[in-house]
Amino acid sequence: MSESVVRIPPTLRPEVGGERQVPARGETVRELLDDLMSRFPGLRTQLVEDDDIAPFVNVYVEGEDVRTLDGIETPVRQGATVILLPAMAGG
Amino acid sequence: MPGYRDLLQQVKSEIEEVEAPRAHELQGSALFVDVREPDEWDEGHIPGAVHIPRGYLESRIENAAPDRSAQVVVYCAGGSRSAFAAKTLEELGYDNVVSLAGGYTDWKRNGLPTELPRSLGPEQRARYSRHLLIPEVGVEGQTKLLESRVLLIGAGGLGSPASLYLAAAGVGTLGIVDDDRVDASNLQRQIAHSTESLGEWKVDSAKRTIEALNPDVTVVGYKERLTSDNVERILADGWDVILDGADNFPTRYLVNDASVWHDTPVVHGSIYRFEGQVTVFKPGDGPCYRCLFPTPPPPELAPSCAEGGVLGVLPGIVGSLQASETIKLLLGIGEPLVGRLLLFDALATEFSEVRLRKDPACPVCGESPSIHEYVDYVEFCAGRPAHA
Repeated sequence: MSESVVRIPPTLRPEVGGERQVPARGETVRELLDDLMSRFPGLRTQLVEDDDIAPFVNVYVEGEDVRTLDGIETPVRQGATVILLPAMAGG
Repeated sequence: MPGYRDLLQQVKSEIEEVEAPRAHELQGSALFVDVREPDEWDEGHIPGAVHIPRGYLESRIENAAPDRSAQVVVYCAGGSRSAFAAKTLEELGYDNVVSLAGGYTDWKRNGLPTELPRSLGPEQRARYSRHLLIPEVGVEGQTKLLESRVLLIGAGGLGSPASLYLAAAGVGTLGIVDDDRVDASNLQRQIAHSTESLGEWKVDSAKRTIEALNPDVTVVGYKERLTSDNVERILADGWDVILDGADNFPTRYLVNDASVWHDTPVVHGSIYRFEGQVTVFKPGDGPCYRCLFPTPPPPELAPSCAEGGVLGVLPGIVGSLQASETIKLLLGIGEPLVGRLLLFDALATEFSEVRLRKDPACPVCGESPSIHEYVDYVEFCAGRPAHA
C-alpha cells in the first residue's frame, strides 16, 4: 500500500502530537484519512461528516483540490503530498 | 545633392497625408504615434496617442504596433518630421500609414481634443526614482499608481504593512475600513500604529503614519465595521482593488460577494500562528472566496489570532505579498496569484502553492448563482441557515 505525506494545519496539530506533517497509507484519499483517523481518533470529527470529507475542509493531492477530482475517492500516488487546508480568517 | 526642402518635398510626395478633421475621424480605429520630443509631448498631445520620439521610431514601433497592416497616423508639431517618420514606417513594412498634415499645431487650431500628460514633479521624480528605473513601472506606471484607489479592509496585522508599502509606492488614494482602536496587544505586529497612538482609532493612527510617509497619498477613513448595510456606500466611492486583511469570516464572505457583484479584484491574505495564505480573487478571471471555501468552518476549527496567537512578523510577510500583488494588478503586469493559493510556513520557511478552480456551482460567481443580495454573514458563519 502506498505511503504519502499529509500536511497537518496548525489547528489540527494538537490531535497528532503537534506534528507538522505525518505519513499515512492508502491508495485513495478515503483510505488515507481512515489510516490517519485510526491512529489519531481526535481527527475524525474535524475531517469527515456523513462519510465524506467535511465541507469546511479542503484536501489537496499534488496541489489539486480533490473536490475538482474524484472527491474522497481521489487516488493518491506513492510519495504524494497531501495538504489538509482549513480556512483561516486571521488578519 | 538635394537640400532639406527638396528632400521633404520628395518624401511628402511619396507618403499619404491627412488633414486634421479627417485624422480626427480615424481616432478610435487608428493608432496615433507622436514622434515629437519629450518636452513637446509633455505640453500636450492627442488623446490616446503613443509617444515614440522619432529617434526611437524604428526600434520601438513594433511593440506599439505589432500588426503592420494596422492604420497608423503619425504626427509631429507641423507635419515635417512625421512625413519622414511615415516614410520610415513604410520602409519597415507598414502599409497603412498617414502623416498628419500641419501636425499637432493644426490639430489644436481645429479645436480638436488634446490631453495634458500628468507628469511627475521634481520631488516625485526623486521619491519614485527606483520605480522610474524599472521598465514595467516607469513614469506611466507611476502615474497610474498615483491615480489608483485601493480599499483596505482592516488596519491591523495585514493592513498595516500593506498600507505602508502601498503608500510608499505612491498609490494615490487608500481607503481604510476599521472600527477598532489601537490596543497594546496590537503593537507586536501592527506597524502602522505606535505606542503614542494607543487608544486612538486605527484609521486615524494609520492615516497619520501614512501621510507622514508620503504626502502624495490621500487616506479615506471609514471608522466602521464593514457590514451588509454600509458595504454599498463604501464601494460607491470607487476602488480599483480591495485588499482583504479582515480578521473574521463574516467580513471575508461579505467582501467576496460585494467584490463579485462590483467586479473588483480582491487581494486576499490570512494568517494564523506561523502560517499564511495569499491569493487574488479576480471576478470573471478565476475563482472567488466561496469557490475556495464554500462552507465556513465551525468556530472551534478556526480560532482567530486573538485566540490562537500569531508570529508578529508573519503579517509583515503576508501583507507585503498582498501589497505586491495589488501593485501588479494596478499596473497590469506579471502573473498575479489568480487561481493559485500561496501558502507560507514561517517555521519551515517554506512557500507552497495549490491550484484553485472556479466552481461552476458557486452560489455567487457560478453559472447559475443562487445568492443575489447580501445575507446575514454573522449568521451564515455561525452555521445557521442564511437569510437575505
